[in-house]
Amino acid sequence: MSSVEQIPTTKTPQPSPESSGSQKRRNDGRVSMFTMLLRDRFATVAAVFLSLVVLTAIFGPTLMGEHATAQNLMFMNKAPFDPANGWIYILGSDSLGRSVLARIVVATQTTLLVAVPAVLVALIVGSLWGVWAGYHRGRREAISMRIADIIMSFPSLLLAVVVLFVFSPSAANIVLILAITRIPIYMRTARTESAELQSRTFVDAARTFGTKPNSIIVRHVIPVVTPTLLTLATLEFCFVMLAESSLSFLGIGIQPPDVSWGLLVAQGRQYLQTAWWLSILPGLAIVLTAVAANVLAAWMRIATDPAQRWRLELDRKSTKAFEKATRQAAKMHAKKGDNS
Amino acid sequence: MMTEILEPVSRTAPSQQAVLEVKDLDVDIRTPKGTVRVVSKVGFSARSGKTLALLGESGCGKSMTAKAIAGLLDPVASVAGGSAHLESHDLFSMTAKQRRSVAGEGLGIVFQDALAALNPVYTIGTQLGEAFRIHRGASKKQAKVEAIELMRRVGIPEPETRVNSYPHQFSGGMRQRILIAMAVALSPKLLIADEPTTALDVTVQAQIMQLLRSLRTEEQMAVVLITHDLAVVAEEADDVCVMYAGNVVEQGSVETVFNRPTHPYTKGLLSSVPADAHRGSSLTSIPGSPPELSKIPTGCVYQDRCPLASAICREQRPELRPTGPAQSAACHFAEQVSALDPQSEPVTGQDSER
Amino acid sequence: MSIQTHNQSVDSVLDVQNLTKTFHVASGSSGTRELKALDGINLNVKRGETLGLVGESGCGKSTLARTLMMLEQPDGGTVRFDGQDPFALRGKQLRAWRRRVQMVFQDPFASLNARMTAGQIITEPFATHKDLYPTSAARKQRLDELLELVGLRTTDAQKSPQEFSGGQRQRIGIARALALGPDLIILDEPVSALDLSVQAQVLNLLNDLQQQLGVSYIFISHDLSVVRHVTDRVAVMYLGRIIETGSTQQVFDSPLHPYTASLMSASPKLDPALRPVNRIVLQGELPSPLDPPSGCRFRTRCWKAESICSVERPESRVREPDGKIVLGMPTLGPSAEQQIAECHFPVQSAAEAGLAVSA
Repeated sequence: MSSVEQIPTTKTPQPSPESSGSQKRRNDGRVSMFTMLLRDRFATVAAVFLSLVVLTAIFGPTLMGEHATAQNLMFMNKAPFDPANGWIYILGSDSLGRSVLARIVVATQTTLLVAVPAVLVALIVGSLWGVWAGYHRGRREAISMRIADIIMSFPSLLLAVVVLFVFSPSAANIVLILAITRIPIYMRTARTESAELQSRTFVDAARTFGTKPNSIIVRHVIPVVTPTLLTLATLEFCFVMLAESSLSFLGIGIQPPDVSWGLLVAQGRQYLQTAWWLSILPGLAIVLTAVAANVLAAWMRIATDPAQRWRLELDRKSTKAFEKATRQAAKMHAKKGDNS
Repeated sequence: MMTEILEPVSRTAPSQQAVLEVKDLDVDIRTPKGTVRVVSKVGFSARSGKTLALLGESGCGKSMTAKAIAGLLDPVASVAGGSAHLESHDLFSMTAKQRRSVAGEGLGIVFQDALAALNPVYTIGTQLGEAFRIHRGASKKQAKVEAIELMRRVGIPEPETRVNSYPHQFSGGMRQRILIAMAVALSPKLLIADEPTTALDVTVQAQIMQLLRSLRTEEQMAVVLITHDLAVVAEEADDVCVMYAGNVVEQGSVETVFNRPTHPYTKGLLSSVPADAHRGSSLTSIPGSPPELSKIPTGCVYQDRCPLASAICREQRPELRPTGPAQSAACHFAEQVSALDPQSEPVTGQDSER
Repeated sequence: MSIQTHNQSVDSVLDVQNLTKTFHVASGSSGTRELKALDGINLNVKRGETLGLVGESGCGKSTLARTLMMLEQPDGGTVRFDGQDPFALRGKQLRAWRRRVQMVFQDPFASLNARMTAGQIITEPFATHKDLYPTSAARKQRLDELLELVGLRTTDAQKSPQEFSGGQRQRIGIARALALGPDLIILDEPVSALDLSVQAQVLNLLNDLQQQLGVSYIFISHDLSVVRHVTDRVAVMYLGRIIETGSTQQVFDSPLHPYTASLMSASPKLDPALRPVNRIVLQGELPSPLDPPSGCRFRTRCWKAESICSVERPESRVREPDGKIVLGMPTLGPSAEQQIAECHFPVQSAAEAGLAVSA
């Protein structure tokens, strides 16, 4: 028909199959998400750890609920990692002789029930608002950003204290207040990225077929900004857990007998000199969870970016060999400069 | 000087000794997927007072060749073989210190992106004077005087006041002039110009080319002009090296190569230029696109797009061999290229209806 | 909407009269300054023809393209597309109009969303124009048709843009522009990012598509040899104004405006026979559009400029069929079968400009 030459389609960025023996591949030559996850050792560990945290949150209270509240004056302030005390006291005990392990396990549920919704609400509201403001520019953007500035400049702890004093310090209110004060963080990031994206040529192309702004936002803007915002959200996860602990410290956070990791840190703070494990170990739980979430988000960022994905599609051996060679070359380079 | 008469390139001077002699240059890039040879067995020489063009499409290795010669390769790339001599200096066996002393007085380089090549926080005067301060031990004052003189030479108006301006205060064409001034500050023997006019408009391009030509003649520099523009090569260069997929496929004097190409790629390129072809007529195009550098076939690099390709081309890579006076090509069938009908379709092309 | 301008012919697709667009640019502490990106543009495009738009960067050709695509709002003047003013349309009518004018962008990398497959990119317009191909089977059929039309394989639909070369990506961009069956396609530097050997393929494709589909093109480019090859008529822009129009052959072989002559003279030529006898190398650079020269805007770089040029804006001059150059209509435009230029002292012949006289 037409006098157009068929172009041999030689341009495929994936490594050739013969270079990487028996890997699981889908028929289009692309590596599945699961295989990609296994290729990244850090991401695998993070994923396993997070799954454990979630399982703990679900089954923890039923399995260890009794131990968390059972007082045992025989085992007061026991140091952790002493097998003589039995496995239940492996992480030590508090001044009432309650098992720290059991308390951390039981607190997982409350912690996640506060932190996850708070982060999600702030993420969704802040991102959509920011993306919308950045896409439309002009007055909508200016007003939105002023609102964000006002929220940011208001001392969030003070706001929390006022709100939680007026209303009851229920979990729902804590979630709400933590979400509202963190919305501007997402808004600013989303707005910056969206404002840049809306000037891209493929967005212009979509406008030329008369696509409505909201459809453009859904189709072209959100998929690009999501990985960045998810990474931000994992960092925020850590912040929210600590913010919740400050509220607990002021007595307007999670109310005993409920426990959260933040509350455990807050309660243990006065024993820091004598029983460091009371605040350090729950703190460690917060940090590890946040780090795991962050590692997984970083992996997801690469895995969902078509331009970056090939990094994960390579097998580990060739990546290592490349890194080694590059390091050597850099060393050689530096040496050559020194000799002179 | 509104109009300038295009002087025919002077071929009166006897062929001088080569200023730059490159032999069998190989450049490798390491990637996570393995090592890729991006420049393979490239050789050429540049004579003083003459312009040698490295001609090729994006990714053919022409810029990588220039970077290797100038010692500006990224850490992931390295020279894997061959030699480059700038007069008596062996460029690849030098220490960094020796190389620095050669830079400037031996070799100057002009980049495509003038804005990126200039430091935004220093004045033009400071950046132009730097060469004199480093290499000639000039005082600050002397350096500034030299900078003003340089700016005048490259045709920047009001150099006395403009010397204190910053790069962003100049237009694209003026910035390119400044880069050229920096490159020729110490009257180098060799000037490498990497796509010096690609980012510029036609009228400004003509100004810059005129400047390069007059500087070359004044200083008797050897110029290596890297470009993808056939017309620029035809007008500016004396000799040409046509590169494809990291290899030199044809070289010789511009006149012979362009009038009687002996490599099918050169021939294909020349006939793809929409020059005198008229409205409505079909342009001759080379089917397909250049191979990825990681997937260069064994045998001839051009086999997939070549109308002359046959069994031997798939097995054996042709070496450069003389195909005429002052001309050589890397093709098994160089003798048949001139008879090649520019409209003929390659044997591998799927479409034969044209 | 039925009253047409004086000499708009029936086969005209696009008719632009006196189009202006001013940007307000922040300047120093003193607030904003006006930048007249388009300063009275007259233009018309006939059905099935290719109009070339040439000029240096900053002359306003991209702003003109974006305004015609309704990506920018003009400040004044009229745009008639088949007699309709697109800027007056709303809702459904506007969406129906969008189908008829499409655009191909310069950068084949930036203009395709890297997170979509080629198939998703090409069928993206159907998400807005749902009534065109209502069923997924119809969309699939149309996709295959489009892929074949631009010389890609139907299996290529599953691949993402990074898996294609520059030329193939531009084919995807062209397929997307064709998806809605437009009457006019604005090609904004469609081949300037491509390598020479691939450029010829894409130019041939555009030519074939025009012959098959009868679509009109506005072809924006700075590469004069390409413009000469693909266009029927040419408009030359300088600082927001069209300073010369005419048939491609007239404008290239015997330019009237000194600026056009210097463009033709300055562009490098492969064929020694086509090179100018005396090359005009313009001095200086494009003046800032924030502060255009008085009178004729080209006078600061013109070798024919005299004192009147700085005082009076030049009127149009037309080349009569017998070759005489006479003072013409006040505006360039619709009846541009003739070669028209805005200049006090037009170039009389190719020889005067030192251009090679073609045989």
